[in-house]
Amino acid sequence: MTTDTQPLFRRLGMTDEEHESVIGLLGRDPLPAELAMYSVMWSEHCSYKSSRAHLRRFPIEAPWVVVGPGENAGVVDLGDGWLAALRIESHNHPSFVEPYQGAATGVGGILRDVFTMGARPIALWDQIRFGPLDDPRNRYLFNGVVSGIAGYGNAVGVPTVGGEIEFDPCYSGNPLVNVMCLGILRREQLVLGTAGPPGTVAVLLGRATGRDGIGGASVLASASFDDESQEKRPSVQVGDPFEEKKLIEACLELYQRGLVAGVQDLGAAGLSCATSEPAGRAGVGLEVDLDAVHVRETGMTAPELLMSESQERMMAFVPPELVDEVLAIATKWEIDSAVVGTVRAGGTLTVRHQGEIVAEVPAASLADDAPIYDRPMRRPDWLDGLWATPARALDGDGADILLRLLDDPALGSTAWVHEQYDHMLFLNTVVGPGSDGALIRVRGTDKGLAVSTDGNARLCQLDPREGSARLVYEAALDVAVTGARPLAVVDNLNFGNPEKPEVMWQFKESVEGISEACEALGIPVVGGNVSFYNETGGIDIHPTPVVGLLGLADPMPGIPPRLSRAEEGMEIWEIGPQATGNLSGSAAQRVIADELMGRPTPPDPDAAKRVIALAAELAHQVPVLHDISDGGLAVAVAEVCIASQIGAMLTEFDNGRLFSEDPHRLIAVLEADAVELPEDFSRKVGTMGGDTFVLGPSDRVDVHELTDVFDGAIPRRMAG
Amino acid sequence: MRTAVVVFPGTNCEQDVAYALTSLGGDVELVWHRETDLSDFDGVVLPGGFAHGDYLRTGAIARFSPVMAEVERIAAQGLPVLGICNGFQVLCEAGLLPGALIANRDLAFICRFVDLEVVDNESILTRSAEVGQRIRIPLNSYEGNWVDPRSTGRIVLRYIDDPNGSQQEAAAVANHSGNVVGVMPHPERGVDEVLGSGDGQVLLEGFLHSLVPA
Repeated sequence: MTTDTQPLFRRLGMTDEEHESVIGLLGRDPLPAELAMYSVMWSEHCSYKSSRAHLRRFPIEAPWVVVGPGENAGVVDLGDGWLAALRIESHNHPSFVEPYQGAATGVGGILRDVFTMGARPIALWDQIRFGPLDDPRNRYLFNGVVSGIAGYGNAVGVPTVGGEIEFDPCYSGNPLVNVMCLGILRREQLVLGTAGPPGTVAVLLGRATGRDGIGGASVLASASFDDESQEKRPSVQVGDPFEEKKLIEACLELYQRGLVAGVQDLGAAGLSCATSEPAGRAGVGLEVDLDAVHVRETGMTAPELLMSESQERMMAFVPPELVDEVLAIATKWEIDSAVVGTVRAGGTLTVRHQGEIVAEVPAASLADDAPIYDRPMRRPDWLDGLWATPARALDGDGADILLRLLDDPALGSTAWVHEQYDHMLFLNTVVGPGSDGALIRVRGTDKGLAVSTDGNARLCQLDPREGSARLVYEAALDVAVTGARPLAVVDNLNFGNPEKPEVMWQFKESVEGISEACEALGIPVVGGNVSFYNETGGIDIHPTPVVGLLGLADPMPGIPPRLSRAEEGMEIWEIGPQATGNLSGSAAQRVIADELMGRPTPPDPDAAKRVIALAAELAHQVPVLHDISDGGLAVAVAEVCIASQIGAMLTEFDNGRLFSEDPHRLIAVLEADAVELPEDFSRKVGTMGGDTFVLGPSDRVDVHELTDVFDGAIPRRMAG
Repeated sequence: MRTAVVVFPGTNCEQDVAYALTSLGGDVELVWHRETDLSDFDGVVLPGGFAHGDYLRTGAIARFSPVMAEVERIAAQGLPVLGICNGFQVLCEAGLLPGALIANRDLAFICRFVDLEVVDNESILTRSAEVGQRIRIPLNSYEGNWVDPRSTGRIVLRYIDDPNGSQQEAAAVANHSGNVVGVMPHPERGVDEVLGSGDGQVLLEGFLHSLVPA
């Protein structure tokens, strides 16, 4: 820990070298407010200084990309004048320090990123990861995060329609809370984060500024945890979904009436970011008067005002003749507003406070001149050892293994979580939580937006490159089973301490894997987020990239496949390559053997493309399509049995084949001879019927028992 | 025959209600909570959401919104007034319906489909349904637990398997004359089969039929 006797720049989280470059840039010692601005803008969280060199690897171009990485959200063209905006963010560190507010403000932040672009946010997804639930601390964090997402998301009025839940000891000291938001807009409503020409007026909208969240980006999100992390609680922001709801409606009205030249939300780095980034993008300067900022505490200093991460604030850049109209709309929606600055020619950001100039810096330097680190990388020594030992075979009855898997909180029903979220608002959720991918209809069109998010830290620990590539293929298959073709990817890269060469190597490999898979599928990466320093007490989390994939179904299937549509006598087909029986990195290996070893089956781009195309076609024809992933074929069929409340009989009796998670496979449940499936790429594996799930001659389990175990996996643990 | 759908700051189901009523042939207009003249309307819906952030207590601030004087007048004239979810809470706070809504029995937000039974069809919500008819529509609330210590409410819909602890399993409650109804589950979320159920239609049709002068 740093102490108060150290120089200010170090207390703000800056290194000596970074301090020197600020001096070089300004040609003098920085003033305290300037130092505050550079410290937050050049923090890992805001500047991507350790990752930026690697992120250039991502493919970012496609004819349908309207806005790529670097803006507040990625935007793609859906045809007929419709655009979709997509963004993913992490709120890992705040959620560990204060789970309810950490998760809640994560939701608030991602919404602002999307409605900053002119889009109405229409759906949220949360990817949350914790240590095992037998530890009361992890139950507290899990409950707090779910309550925070529910408390904010429900009240702000944007449905949470899916996500991921995972439990692993590597997250015990460092839970992961990622959140993704999808918005839609008409092309003419698109707004960018630009300050506009000289003379444009900066209007600060929304909640009054307080001392909450000061240094959140630099102090919390850009450093590792130790025993004193609880002292960082004041760095966590506090959210108010009611203010955000009013802010959304007010901003959408501003866009509809064409009153703004640009908009920038205030998230990490607060006013420092919302002034310098739009000015930098527009190549202009900006004069800011901090005395005009509406505050809710007295005596705030200039650095505090510039670093505060008070929530629910937005900076609008308004042509001078339209300012009165903007202020009137703010009044109508009952939000506060203040004229805080004016765009100037040149490129200087000048900040005044109490009659003094407290900062005078090149605006673009805050965003663009952050250091870029080429951190050393090294392949971990332990990887060859893990690869050399294949996963052990699974002994015992398939039914017993299946029940243990369904009782696992990462594999059991997510109802305990998703029933706390409003997932139906807006009347667009055609396929919702508990499915492979969500399907959101775009009313007034035949279009459906399909979204899936996927992470699998165990695969990525064993093979960061191929594991990451598999996430993209799996997410693409998840959207294909709703009838959609993949369109674009956003990623949230959650990793350990980048100052360790092994972590940087994992990171680089993961970026490579995601890039390769996106290239194979011909889809761009339109945005992302990097969260480093996910370590506690020197132990890094497993590499946990999370891929969010947007697909477009046009037209959407009239009645999309659902797990609940299986009927007596229907056939069960496995589609895709034959499973090899490899259990490396699988849920069965974790739950039954409590091990992590071997080398997972690498993806096959040709098989991936073939199965994705076939699934998107079958989605218009068959009642049930379900991706084979966590828990393998046996769990995939069991989920159909539970959702449809009907038994099944499998002709496949080998545990390796039942529980392997080899990629690019799905099951289809259909009437005999209803559809012709390619012989070299599919095989019948069983039949639906009765009230038991039969895995072998004397190996069976009642569907009611499956259901009870599956439904109870999370509630049973949370009741304790 | 026009319906006003009232929008408080923090209301979020107004577009859904407008869509559902319109798709059933209704003529609907969204009305901001500061409106003080609803004389052009023949009925009013208070939709779900978090009016005024639900701060202090659900519906406690909304009952003082300027529009509420007109809602009270419309109710007193015997014209249809429907409160859905948060709107139900506002009607209770305003004294237009008996009882109050407190936190769910299990202290958790509940968003899922629930099964209901029509127990009284002499109300603007249930008049097009049969007594005993089963209805499946989504519930979406934290404070959905209706309590009525003086037992003066007329229950028109009840839960088959009460998820939130409501007195007498009440899911929808009417005033004495049946023209003011509060319903905790969301009929507007049950108008499209592709979203899981079309059972809400019969309820909203009842409301729209009530707009026609008797």
